Amino acid sequence: MGATPSVLVIGGGSTGCGIARDLSMRGLSVTLVEQGNLTHGTTGRMHGLLHSGGRYAVADQASAEECIQETRVLEDIASHCVEETGGLFVKRPEDSEEYFEQKLRGCEECGIPTEVLSGREARKREPYLAADVDKAIAVPDGAVDPFRLCVANAASAQNHGARIETHAEVTDLLVEAGEVVGAEVTHESGPGTRTHGKAGTTERIEADHVINATGAWAGRIGDMAGLDVNVRPSKGVMTVMNVRQVDTVINRCIPKGNADIVVPHETTCILGTTDEEVEDPEDYPEEEWEVDLMIDELSKLLPVLQEARTIRSYWGVRPLYEPPGEGTADSEDITRDFFLLDHADRDGLPGLTTIVGGKFTTYRMMAEDISDHVCDRLGVSASCRTAEVPLPGSRDERVLDDAMDEFGLTSPVARRSKQRLGDRASEVLDTDGPNPVICSCEGVTRAEVQDAIDQSGTDLNAVRIRTRASMGNCQGGFCTHAMAQELHPEYEPGQAEAALDELYQERWKGQRHGLWGEQLSQAMLSYALHATTMNRDHATRSAAGSRTASDADAGETVDFEAFDGGAPGGD
Amino acid sequence: MAIEQEVLVVGGGLAGVTAAVSAARTGADVRLVSYKQPTLRNASGLIDVLGYTPDGEGPLVDPFAALDDLPEGHPYERVGADAVESGLALFDDLTDSTYEGNHTERNALIPTQGGRVKPTARYPASVAAGLASDERDALLVGFERLVGFDAPLSAARLNAAGAPFEARGATVEFPVALSADPKVTRFAHLLDRDEAGEERQEGSVRRALVERVVTHLDGEQRVGFPAVLGDDHPEEVRADLEADLGVDVFEVPMGPPSLPGLRLEDRLYDALDAEGVRIETGNPVVGYEAGADGDRVEAVAVDRSGATVPYAAEQFVLATGGLVGKGIDSDREGVEEPVFDCHVGHPPDRYDWFDDRAFGDHRFARFGVDPDRELRPRNGRGAVEFDNLRAAGAVLGNYDFAAEKSGSGVSLATGFHAGRLAGENT
Repeated sequence: MGATPSVLVIGGGSTGCGIARDLSMRGLSVTLVEQGNLTHGTTGRMHGLLHSGGRYAVADQASAEECIQETRVLEDIASHCVEETGGLFVKRPEDSEEYFEQKLRGCEECGIPTEVLSGREARKREPYLAADVDKAIAVPDGAVDPFRLCVANAASAQNHGARIETHAEVTDLLVEAGEVVGAEVTHESGPGTRTHGKAGTTERIEADHVINATGAWAGRIGDMAGLDVNVRPSKGVMTVMNVRQVDTVINRCIPKGNADIVVPHETTCILGTTDEEVEDPEDYPEEEWEVDLMIDELSKLLPVLQEARTIRSYWGVRPLYEPPGEGTADSEDITRDFFLLDHADRDGLPGLTTIVGGKFTTYRMMAEDISDHVCDRLGVSASCRTAEVPLPGSRDERVLDDAMDEFGLTSPVARRSKQRLGDRASEVLDTDGPNPVICSCEGVTRAEVQDAIDQSGTDLNAVRIRTRASMGNCQGGFCTHAMAQELHPEYEPGQAEAALDELYQERWKGQRHGLWGEQLSQAMLSYALHATTMNRDHATRSAAGSRTASDADAGETVDFEAFDGGAPGGD
Repeated sequence: MAIEQEVLVVGGGLAGVTAAVSAARTGADVRLVSYKQPTLRNASGLIDVLGYTPDGEGPLVDPFAALDDLPEGHPYERVGADAVESGLALFDDLTDSTYEGNHTERNALIPTQGGRVKPTARYPASVAAGLASDERDALLVGFERLVGFDAPLSAARLNAAGAPFEARGATVEFPVALSADPKVTRFAHLLDRDEAGEERQEGSVRRALVERVVTHLDGEQRVGFPAVLGDDHPEEVRADLEADLGVDVFEVPMGPPSLPGLRLEDRLYDALDAEGVRIETGNPVVGYEAGADGDRVEAVAVDRSGATVPYAAEQFVLATGGLVGKGIDSDREGVEEPVFDCHVGHPPDRYDWFDDRAFGDHRFARFGVDPDRELRPRNGRGAVEFDNLRAAGAVLGNYDFAAEKSGSGVSLATGFHAGRLAGENT
């Protein structure tokens, strides 16, 4: 073992990035590998609720107490990622009065501040609430941007010397003399930021301890060392509306159920969710009935949703876990608590610890627990500081409040940029060059896109999650090509092209679930713009494996001479 | 306040305008009602007829040679090649010298904003010097604050595609101090007025632009700009730039809002006036009245500031556009044509409306009414919905204009055909 103990963290979600930050702040040498982008797995596919704990206040009070405690911490250390919206538990006439009282009592027992509102008072706060809503309990729920929070943790880890590798897939665990000593990793385009078209490489990364923080994928990593980690992935749908119908988190006050929450998120609202166990965390059906259920059920709380426009839907997979022998039948009844599996104790295989289960809101606490455990194993005595030290972007509240330079931007763009960037706003936006808006829906400027490209290479989906560019109403129809152009000349035309195709397809994937009414009209406009005006479809059609795959589609065999060369005698 | 016409056209896009003029030229008395801004401002301003077959074969050198092989129900198959020629001839007549391409039946390849080429049949005169089959080297010039057209990247792509000339790109600051995020039309209006009107900029905007561009010229005989070279005076702007640069100047078509599309819209509405068509914009058609036996439309109901007014006519043309123009509407349950409730065939399961690939074979792109050979929409059993209702343009189904590059051509051909038949039947 060298002077500085080394740790390999597998998984670039909230937990993995939280662990990487924690351990690197404690002075350990940390490498984090993630098979996709940061947040690629469950973190990037949650509803964005920052739990007050109210949801767990009846059935799982220990979790509820952790939630309220961690929500307070995140409001301090990640102010630029959190919106303190408040939340309501809303009771309809047919919902149980007894449960309403239990919820109220439970919140009080867990130290979650509450206020009971009459139906009229609740509608005053949220005018779209249904006229027959009886009453509501107000709690301090909030909204969080999981992408920026995760990226901020990774950035903090890097600032403390950690190495973060995305698009780096673990293909094997290295086991020597009965101990896990590292992992074999395939870098999609070599180490460093992702670059389209660059050849992949393989690397052996050795470490004094390996942490499996891969959530729903934890079983696969376990398999590589012959370990049985019984994760039970459970899918849930989230449907994104085109506007914020509510500014408060709206929960339905019922014991458990599908389609019972609406979370305001940036310019949108997110409806959630379902809970269905699936076999494979990467391959499961995304079904029409799930989207319909969101709209039809939540319209009972907010009738306006019945006719409202949805811009896309996405699915996430919960990394539910229960210890062997529990045998819970319904995935909704599996605990949301987290489990630290020390494979030395559990399986007689030292060098590896797995963390499974848990909730986004308490990611930092989970990271602290596992970091304590690993430090203990490695004989390091250093204490956790992640609850006290603000994340990058969240350091200085004044920066957001004082009448600072608007960087020549119009005020809504400047305001939204500052909300996203926090105290990094000056560093990112204070550019000498022209700084036009690239994404009008979300007000994202060239400087912010370039900053994200500096962090993530040609991966435009990574640019998207950092900036929100292409996440608004047009779902990238008007901006994805402009985003791709920002890659040039640093990157080659072909790389910009490949990056555009990949982002455009990702945007299409989620939009498919909202294709009726206004959004179908919008989708047709985007299709017309990209296919008709730019003629992008005939180069990518063959790549996408559709109608034809003739060589002419590649554009290289076009017989230019055969076409109109201009009017004779014309200009 | 009885309003009665021989022919009433509902919809003011390319198809509606063409139908109105076509009907007027038969001698009929024509009124056109249009609710929203036409979608021409979303379009590139190029007049595509057929760039690819429905099977994706192309780019087609000769669009007319491919018309015979189109599947039954395709709008071109419905109206026939003569109507396509006549629609184009009508367009050539209305646009006069502002459009080119009618010297040949061959398609032209036009450089797009992303540096690809696309086949089209007619193109604005401002685009003509940019043809990709022209062997003269080209300098492409982009503006720092105008996103969506990266000139060096476009040039690199054109070269990679094997275009028969050398393209180079340069990006310059527009010579007027602009906000971080100027509108596309701001560039055009500054060039139109040719003065910034502000203290910080004196003299001609056009000349100042030339000074910034000329240093980048390296023997090229033509220079391409994003299509923002004037809104009201594009010929004058281009002529000045050409005179001062000493080379040809062309525009590269851009996405919405598209100046070539806006200019075409102005041109067409002037033509409507000249043809004696009455135009009424801003009021939606909200319904219709059928005759006693239900096989004729007697009148459409127009909502004028809350009051519903019947507009009677002998013949009607439906040219309300497709999904973009809202001539075809949908909800989670199904797809409809909202004015006359004409049948729109669609799979019952909305997850069959699209392909999982962004540029796959999307069923929704072919949503629309299904006409007979006189362009009268038919119901689900193949019978004509109304004897005196014809449809034109994107409200028609059975073709994917985006994939085929056939949008404008279908609007012209079907607008011409529907308008002529409507006029002749009065």
